[in-house]
Amino acid sequence: MSAATSLLDIASLIAFAALAIGQILSMVRLVLGPSYGDRILALDTMVINALGLVVVLGIHQGVEIYFEVTLLIAMLGFVSTVALARFLLRGDIIE
Amino acid sequence: MTGQIIATYAAALSLLIGSGFIVVGVIGLLKFNDPMTRLHAPTKVGTIGIGMLLLASMLHSFSIGSSSLHELLIMAFLFVTAPVSANFIAKVNILRRTCETPPAPPRDDTWSTLNTPEGDPDAAVSDKN
Repeated sequence: MSAATSLLDIASLIAFAALAIGQILSMVRLVLGPSYGDRILALDTMVINALGLVVVLGIHQGVEIYFEVTLLIAMLGFVSTVALARFLLRGDIIE
Repeated sequence: MTGQIIATYAAALSLLIGSGFIVVGVIGLLKFNDPMTRLHAPTKVGTIGIGMLLLASMLHSFSIGSSSLHELLIMAFLFVTAPVSANFIAKVNILRRTCETPPAPPRDDTWSTLNTPEGDPDAAVSDKN
């Protein structure tokens, strides 16, 4: 059991590192641009990476209280992506 | 007991697969050189990457004894909303003309995304990019 648990610890550390690399690289894309679609896409990817960080944090600590946090981040990320895209498409969010 | 050990190993494997897909998708987001091509890459992050992390979370909850399937809800929500947001971002790309403009529709003047009503200064400004 201890070998499996230490393997899970190492795997969660690798997942933390991958998600951190993902946040940094998508932030580079957010700064570079060049179009608005790329910036919205980079923000969407950053929200999804933040969600993954919370999930991996829950695995690492062995608790389940982060479930609601993950669901809220997913919903807010979807709504903010759609709001940004709609603002660029129509000049207004709710017509 | 052996089931718990197998679940722990499977959770670790799912974490590794998911982090690999996340890194690949984000490198694609950074390295591709066309907005529509860039739209294709991070779908790996949103579906397989996060799906594998949520699967690992479920397997871990099995391995520590308090089994739960809550994460299926998040997975379903993400899989339903990812195409919708991707469609909106693609429409933004078409509107700002940062991609190839689609060919004219056969029985109409223009696409509804590109259509700007008469005498709408805001739409004219946004159409100019």
